Amino acid sequence: MDNQHDAGPPDGSRLLAAPALDQLLGALHAAGYRIIGPVLRDDAITLGELDSAGDLPFGWGVTLEPGGYVLRKRDDQAAFGHSAGPQSWKQFLHPPRQRMWSASRRGSGFEVDAEDAEPAARLAFFGVRPCDLRAIQIQDQVLGGGAHPGSRYATRRSSVFIVAVNCTEPGETCFCTSMGTGPQAGPGYDLLLTELAGDGRHDFVVQAGSAAGEAMLAGVPLRPADAASLRRASDGVADAAARMGRSMPQAGIRELLASSLDAARWEDVAARCISCGNCTMACPTCFCANIDDVTDLSGDHAERWQSWASCFDLDFSQLHGGPVRSSASSRYRQWLTHKLGTWHDQFGSSGCVGCGRCIVWCPVGIDLTEEVAALRAEAAATAGQAGARAEGAAQ
Amino acid sequence: MTIAEFPVPYRIARRRYETHDTVTLTLEPAGQAIAEHRAGQFTMLSAFGVGEVPISISGRPGRTALAHTIRSAGAVTRALCSAAQGTLVGVRGPYGTDWGIPASASASASAGAPASASASASAPASASVPASASAPAGTGEDLLLVAGGIGLAPLRPALLAALDQRRGYRRVIMLIGARSPAELVFAAEFSDWRDRGAEVEIIVDHGGERWPGHVGVVTQLIGRARLDPARTTALVCGPEVMMRITARALLGAGMTADRIRISLERNMQCGTAECGHCQLGPLLVCRDGPVVSYQRAEPLLAAREL
Amino acid sequence: MTGVAPAELAGHAFLRGLTAQQAARLAEVATAIAVPAGHRFFHEGGQATRFWLIRTGQVALDLQVPGRPRLIVETLGPGDELGLSWLSESMQWQLGAAAQVPTTAFELDGPAVRGLCERDCELGWELARRMLTVASGRLQAARIRLVDLYSSPVHGPGSPR
Repeated sequence: MDNQHDAGPPDGSRLLAAPALDQLLGALHAAGYRIIGPVLRDDAITLGELDSAGDLPFGWGVTLEPGGYVLRKRDDQAAFGHSAGPQSWKQFLHPPRQRMWSASRRGSGFEVDAEDAEPAARLAFFGVRPCDLRAIQIQDQVLGGGAHPGSRYATRRSSVFIVAVNCTEPGETCFCTSMGTGPQAGPGYDLLLTELAGDGRHDFVVQAGSAAGEAMLAGVPLRPADAASLRRASDGVADAAARMGRSMPQAGIRELLASSLDAARWEDVAARCISCGNCTMACPTCFCANIDDVTDLSGDHAERWQSWASCFDLDFSQLHGGPVRSSASSRYRQWLTHKLGTWHDQFGSSGCVGCGRCIVWCPVGIDLTEEVAALRAEAAATAGQAGARAEGAAQ
Repeated sequence: MTIAEFPVPYRIARRRYETHDTVTLTLEPAGQAIAEHRAGQFTMLSAFGVGEVPISISGRPGRTALAHTIRSAGAVTRALCSAAQGTLVGVRGPYGTDWGIPASASASASAGAPASASASASAPASASVPASASAPAGTGEDLLLVAGGIGLAPLRPALLAALDQRRGYRRVIMLIGARSPAELVFAAEFSDWRDRGAEVEIIVDHGGERWPGHVGVVTQLIGRARLDPARTTALVCGPEVMMRITARALLGAGMTADRIRISLERNMQCGTAECGHCQLGPLLVCRDGPVVSYQRAEPLLAAREL
Repeated sequence: MTGVAPAELAGHAFLRGLTAQQAARLAEVATAIAVPAGHRFFHEGGQATRFWLIRTGQVALDLQVPGRPRLIVETLGPGDELGLSWLSESMQWQLGAAAQVPTTAFELDGPAVRGLCERDCELGWELARRMLTVASGRLQAARIRLVDLYSSPVHGPGSPR
């Protein structure tokens, strides 16, 4: 996406001063949105409701490592200089627990109850990083409109307003560049901000990505973006691309995983993995769910509930009284092979966006980029041995 | 097509015990009917307040009444098997891929064309078995159906559809394996199937005192069937081990894996490819199955704990 | 009981692939038989001096259990080989066998065939290979039946009922 310009303001790029963020939030509130964005809570930068710009975690960053997440004070006042928080936007589009329907007995059968007049909250996501923006689009493909018109996900998704932020500060565990999902935001946002903080300034390059985004800027004090600011923004993103903490080359990864079902590495990772499922909860694209029907004591009222499930749960693959995937190695293999390999077969893209949350939030610090590298090495070694044997046999 | 949809109410019009623990329910729509199904597809059946399970449709396509043959095994199937006539149950579907046996002579296609169009959103597993209604009798393909235990239930719609256009096939062979004569499902229909031109052979693990027929495993009937492997399409359904050994025996008899179709089973909670439970490698069994060619399934079934 | 033409014998599924010469040798020690329903081929414990290649009909392998009618453990049909114990050291039938319907078969002289195999190793190998395939197929089938695949899903295959 070519929006870096050398001379003069390009179409749509303007500057918003940091103190004027409240005007933008106010415009969203006035339009009836509840705004969700990063907030500092419980020693982490998590997602919560923003009443005003003051709720943003100005000046806070994070230090990330496998199994480690520590807040640190930044030497600037950036609001978006952090990543890989414990939650992702999926908790709002695909909530951890939601009721599918409620029904009551009528005569010999049941009829669905009228929906509660619960105001369908229109949500604005404020501060969606490029990896998370791509993750939302991946979940759109799995749960949303095309395949599932009329789903709860599709309904929620249709009214969401997205303010994305370009990434100029990758975390140590990030690898969005490898996955092609960042640090430049791809299409799908209503507004895109690039934060310029430090060296005596704090403002945002603002671009509209939709008519709704453009309309939201009416009345927000903006000035045209000068070339230097635009260059600083584009340099910041380009630098971020070069400073990724990790990489996971994608060439041949689907075939690698499909042919690695019997790799020794699975037992190796299983010795470390405790099957806690943190990775699946923190991952912005994991979508698996349990469906349970419940009734009250009278049996006159029934409800169907959907709740987050994890393929690491022992009963996830329950069939005829026992799990198909009983061993920890088979469950880890399922997660990794699905996320990076068979997701392509099922949904036409990778399931991973390179956000690094699974690495950070794994209690034992398993790093999937390392696991994939090990699988590649094992596959190459096996191929090498087979080649040597073939040569030996030919002689 | 989403898990959020409220199940369509159907009334139990008839219930019939097939065996001591298996019941065939005939369901009639209480209001609107679901889309017409194809042989091999399944629905998600709900016992309100108890739960929902995937059950193959065991009746022929083209009727508003839906037959489901259910074995009592857990809370939901127990509730469905013991529900009285007149009870309302919930139906979502039809879902999944089908056996590729067209429903009626008018919809049957010439060699290689896809199965009949229907309102169902899912695609057929593979090209229909060529069954041209206008071909002279005795010149079409052979259709072999191999059932193990309750696996006969998902195959029955395919057998009935094939017998409805019997002239379109050369041989229609139905091999049935069961634990004992008392545990055969649809036993009352076997002579009717024979009358309509199916070669029906039954083999049981335990014959008991009065069984004059075959005793052994269903694979032992394959050699005696004297198949012409190059012109046979095989539909296989039963416990996964039974399908594996049957497919291997069919390959041993000269068939190719692309002509063998099996019906897969995995933990299914939504039926609409939203919950993720039914994955088998790259397949979502509710959407890319349950009917899959053995060519596609064999490496997946061979992998341990996939 | 009548003599058997080599070509007829070689046409039986069990012997498919034998050379004409091998088929001719076997035909010399074979007879064609036709038996009515109920005809008993052998009793459990008897001397295993013959074996059969079933052409038409159905034969049941059985066990006698005191106080119970005979227990049929397996049935064989056209193309199947009947009788494995003629090759064993004890040469004693482990089961009984009886025709369930009118049945035709080739009957072969066990000791004569053993003699042929000892003198002609290639023929011996061909027959041994086929017998082993039959035995392993029946062993696999027996194991599958032991696992009780069609039992209730609650208990699952392999669990005690």
